[in-house]
Amino acid sequence: MIGGGDDAARARFFARVSEAVAARATKRPAPEYRDAVAFARDVATNGTAEAVALAVPADALATEKRLARFRERLESAHGRLFTDAGALTAWLAAQGARHGYCDPALASMFAAALALPGAPSLTFETELERARIDDYRFGVTRAAGAIAETGTIILDDAHTSRRLAALAPWIHVAVFAPEQIHAHVADAIAALGDDPNVIWCTGPSKTADVEGILIEGVHGPGAQIALIAAA
Amino acid sequence: MSTNPGPNPPDAVDRFAAAQGQERREAVRLGSKAGHEKRTEILFRDYADPDGLRRLAGAIKQHALDHLDVYLPRAEAQLRAHGAQVHFAADAAEARDQVLAILRARGALSVVKAKSMVTEEIELGPFLAHHQIESIETDLGEFIVQIDDDHPSHIVKPIIHKNRREIANSLERHGLGPYDDTPEVITRRARAFLRNKYLGADAGITGANFVSAESGRLVLVTNEGNSRFCLAATGCHIALCGIEKIVPRDRDLGVLLNMLARSATGQQLSVYTEFLRGPRAPQQADGPEEMHVIFLDNGRTRVLGSEYREILRCIRCGACLNVCPVYRQASGHAYRGVYSGPVGAVLSPLLAGSEFATLSDLPKASSLCGACNEVCPVDIPIPDLLLRLRDRAQRTQQESDGAGGGDRTGGTTVPPGSMTAFAEVATRPWAWKGALATGGLVNHLPQSLRPKALRVWGQNHVQAPWRGGVFRKWLAQRRRS
Repeated sequence: MIGGGDDAARARFFARVSEAVAARATKRPAPEYRDAVAFARDVATNGTAEAVALAVPADALATEKRLARFRERLESAHGRLFTDAGALTAWLAAQGARHGYCDPALASMFAAALALPGAPSLTFETELERARIDDYRFGVTRAAGAIAETGTIILDDAHTSRRLAALAPWIHVAVFAPEQIHAHVADAIAALGDDPNVIWCTGPSKTADVEGILIEGVHGPGAQIALIAAA
Repeated sequence: MSTNPGPNPPDAVDRFAAAQGQERREAVRLGSKAGHEKRTEILFRDYADPDGLRRLAGAIKQHALDHLDVYLPRAEAQLRAHGAQVHFAADAAEARDQVLAILRARGALSVVKAKSMVTEEIELGPFLAHHQIESIETDLGEFIVQIDDDHPSHIVKPIIHKNRREIANSLERHGLGPYDDTPEVITRRARAFLRNKYLGADAGITGANFVSAESGRLVLVTNEGNSRFCLAATGCHIALCGIEKIVPRDRDLGVLLNMLARSATGQQLSVYTEFLRGPRAPQQADGPEEMHVIFLDNGRTRVLGSEYREILRCIRCGACLNVCPVYRQASGHAYRGVYSGPVGAVLSPLLAGSEFATLSDLPKASSLCGACNEVCPVDIPIPDLLLRLRDRAQRTQQESDGAGGGDRTGGTTVPPGSMTAFAEVATRPWAWKGALATGGLVNHLPQSLRPKALRVWGQNHVQAPWRGGVFRKWLAQRRRS
């Protein structure tokens, strides 16, 4: 609360809460269920052996499997995955997205892809100017990771150079390494860390508000891209 | 939203449903049916025991509610430790004043809002407009509701009652381009219009789907990305959340998120799930440098201490609306409150407090078929709560009749005493046999000579011909053979 009297108002508020809770003769204990990985194994997709394999700690094989599952789920959420920056630049050009933003930390990687023989002529800036936000047709930023089970890309303040760059352009490209892919939602929650702004993105921005018809690109990206880079 | 003053006729929802146009009825019926089918499909595809998960999710929320005196201060301490400012509002007026004070302190003149049922509940939009602060709804559906000066008719799909032609007309009226009812064009125009609003706004206002007591994290779930934009473009974030949004631990969020999107829209996860705790990171150029969380009571502690407390588990997925045969016919506006459908029939009268009588007819708008409980991701026993509320409405009515000495005869569709007569017959085997044997006579009687109970009932219903005794005959035959 703004100004004085806060403490008294807060005390009254909590007095009401305590009184309401006290009115309950028997209270429900905390339900027991298994830890994140076991939970995922128990209830995840179909409860099959494959889900168990996905949930084991990262090794080369598991990483490969997670990547394959991530790709499948991302595509079913209408996202798209590239493992090669050259293929990505060709796709961007084919979409008519000739100018965009790139995180300064990724600029050399992106510039190298654009220097390849036969690469399309795309331009990018490493500073985002808010007043020209609609000039950026694509935004390339780093991601904190991904979730295989759901095809989700994880963004946070530590990895995203500019929140607006990952949100305002029609195409968002999230760059991360295969080792950063979690198997399940429960694993990703266990790995939330200390960032003030963790965002899970599962496919492009969408709505079905008009007669239940799916339209993509409402406020955020109309195309959600994952670019897998070496760790 | 507007709750009419004074008691409503006991069949207000029926009347509303009857008055509804065929086109609107069909839009709501198809929309809710599709939502229900998608939910069932994905839950049973993804989980071996969706029912067990529902019960687990319900137990998590009930545990949190039963120990709110422990978990709420824990969430508060975590939020403060991570740089958020925490406020407590006893009622709607306090919450509105707190929002206004925060905005005034920053000299804010315009805000962008993400979809939030709580801001609807406290009627924040009209309040801000009254104080010359522009407040724009950014969820596409809520935006259309706002420019039409309408009310949401579904918790998740606010314009389920509108077709594309109505929406296209609204955009045209609001100056967003010439009439075009292509859904894609409608969406693009809203995108362009709202983008400028985000970038020009001084603050972003959101609700919260969950708050973890363990970490203080607020979880926000959207598909459009509008709340992300509110928190990337503006310098101040105000989150309003009911105290029932608390869950004990981060890992509980996994269970609830897995249930929420599947129950609401048939998705594994909504497109955007945001975990928020405090202002933007120091190295981040975009987003709020100030974060406020307002925890709202507004009648919730009264419900928490009552025999209706289970309703506070609700995670606002809308699955009970989609499956409800009454909602499908009546649409959300019939419930005359922010919360519609079966959950609204329980929650709205309870949150109305001293105005209980104005909404006490809502619990009667149910066939008690139990589908709402079956689909509820947190296993709320909605039919039980509806029955308890019917009982309370009856008692409240009797008390006020007693006090006023009034003779209340108008409005009821079943004359008093008719159920007693039925009970007399039905509990005496000889009387029941006699009634079955002679009941067929009713088919030959003109309306005016029928028993009074049937005459009154027949005013609003088509009476099927009497076919009593069929089962007994069948059983007798079966025994013989």
